[in-house]
Amino acid sequence: MSEYIENDPQGISVGLVEKKFFTFAEPSEEMDLESGSRLGPVSLAYETYGAYRGDNAVLVCHALSGDSHAAGYYTPLDPKPGWWDLMIGPGKGIDTDKYFVICSNILGSCMGSSGPSSTNPLTGRPFALEFPVVTIGDMVSAQKQLLDYLGIGKLLSVIGGSIGGMQVLEWTVRFPEMVESAVPLATTTKHSALAIAFNEVARQAIMADPNWKGGNYFSGAVPSSGLAVARMIGHITYLSDESMRLKFGRRLQDKNDFSYNFDADFQVENYLRYQGAKFVERFDANSFLYITKAADYFDLGLQHGDGSITRAFAKTRVKFLVVSFTSDWLYPTYQSKAIVRALKKNGADVSFCEIEAQWGHDAFLLPNERLTEMIKGFLERVRHQF
Amino acid sequence: MSGINFRNNGIRFDLQWVASWIDPGTKVLDLGCGEGDLLQYLKTHKGVEGTGIELDQAKAARSIERGLSVLQGDMNDEIGDFPDQSFDYIVLSQTLQQVYEPDRLIRSILRIGRNGIVTFPNFSHWRIRLQLLLTGYAPVTRELPFQWYDTPNIRVITIKDFIKFSKEVGFQIIRSAAINTYEQNQKGELISFFPNLRAAYGIFQIRKR
Repeated sequence: MSEYIENDPQGISVGLVEKKFFTFAEPSEEMDLESGSRLGPVSLAYETYGAYRGDNAVLVCHALSGDSHAAGYYTPLDPKPGWWDLMIGPGKGIDTDKYFVICSNILGSCMGSSGPSSTNPLTGRPFALEFPVVTIGDMVSAQKQLLDYLGIGKLLSVIGGSIGGMQVLEWTVRFPEMVESAVPLATTTKHSALAIAFNEVARQAIMADPNWKGGNYFSGAVPSSGLAVARMIGHITYLSDESMRLKFGRRLQDKNDFSYNFDADFQVENYLRYQGAKFVERFDANSFLYITKAADYFDLGLQHGDGSITRAFAKTRVKFLVVSFTSDWLYPTYQSKAIVRALKKNGADVSFCEIEAQWGHDAFLLPNERLTEMIKGFLERVRHQF
Repeated sequence: MSGINFRNNGIRFDLQWVASWIDPGTKVLDLGCGEGDLLQYLKTHKGVEGTGIELDQAKAARSIERGLSVLQGDMNDEIGDFPDQSFDYIVLSQTLQQVYEPDRLIRSILRIGRNGIVTFPNFSHWRIRLQLLLTGYAPVTRELPFQWYDTPNIRVITIKDFIKFSKEVGFQIIRSAAINTYEQNQKGELISFFPNLRAAYGIFQIRKR
């Protein structure tokens, strides 16, 4: 997601922020995971913005490659702010003058929270594949521990897109009494076969890299070409036919004719190679495997409603704003509409809008005044009703 | 002519009339809510718990920005998912003439709501009759300002037709009003004599028989 991050054009920012850490599930009190495994101690990297006033906490959940750094800058010299800086800050969609915003890095990631690249206390070496497979439910349970530690009993809202949106949905059924409202963006209650297929090809690319070595690459070269290809596949799913046509078409990269070899002739090839190479610098290949697997396993209806999302949301009192984007072919609108339908059947307070956007699945990360204003208006309402 | 002025203006006259029929603190669904003017009014002045359905993305988004619960979608599809009797009132204002299957929609309205409130432009207004009689062209009026080839209004309904329709579909008319509006539809008057000839709009509160 980092490729979209821009400094606020008007220079408005939450300012300097700090990454903090919270560790729980110490030995003998390890965390029970959905797989049946136990994990501990567990660390979460997190950041908070704004002041907590008892009734104004908003949890922001990040997607596959995100982190706890949702807004602001670590130092005045940072070239770019956090990943959702355009949405979070003073006077923005999620207004830090009004709300206390929390964002934590998900369990299984590599941006400061416990994951396969963390050190296994039993061996003193990185976990690699000895790290237990975690689920979206486990990620949310870990976030709950963080909120307990911060003394937050009820969230005014939980907001996130894509895999972050899955966490939002999970929050509303796993800890409904802690959630006043929820904003799942560009997300789904379960991956389609298409989405699983893309993830599997991406995972295969990593595992086929000779440097992957069954996940134990911490002493030598990392599986960078496999991870780069995985990222390239991801990028294709985040865009759309239309956005790629507009962004690249068949334009050539710095040349007027074909090279008649296998260099990157087309701009789209060059773009994917660049994004792949850049991703390798900041992301761990095993974390990519774990998080995509968690997303594939996610099935809200199966896990909380005996196969029915209507049952999963039974009698929910959470207020919802569901948003999809017209050109999102990873989580198309019909999947958001299924969420809306299940909520309506339960008589829930739900708003829905399908935003016209040509940029595919990633539209939720791009500047969009309509999305910003809707989130702002929705939060304002739930704040007054809270 | 004695114009009727409701206290808190700012919404269309027919909607002011509709609002006056809605009890405070009730649950209301507005089908085709536009930018949510009626819902906002009901929320502010009557403490109503409102929901809207609006097909147009920009209008639905605008309603949500105002802090209303609104679903973007086609009312004919969206209405199907609500549980039976989940609203006190369902409002269908000036849309019946655009609906493909009016009887089906009315039945759905009465399934999910205890009351329906329906408003529509009255096609038997004397101006419409006179236009057709004198000019021979399909009437174009302030209430129905479209040419035959670009109108979203696929049905012509008169106040008498709606009363007949109630008997055929089998629903009850609890109360009705016939009105004229003026000054950008912000003000208006009740038409008591010869409403089918003189009123621009009919407003009906209906229930299951």
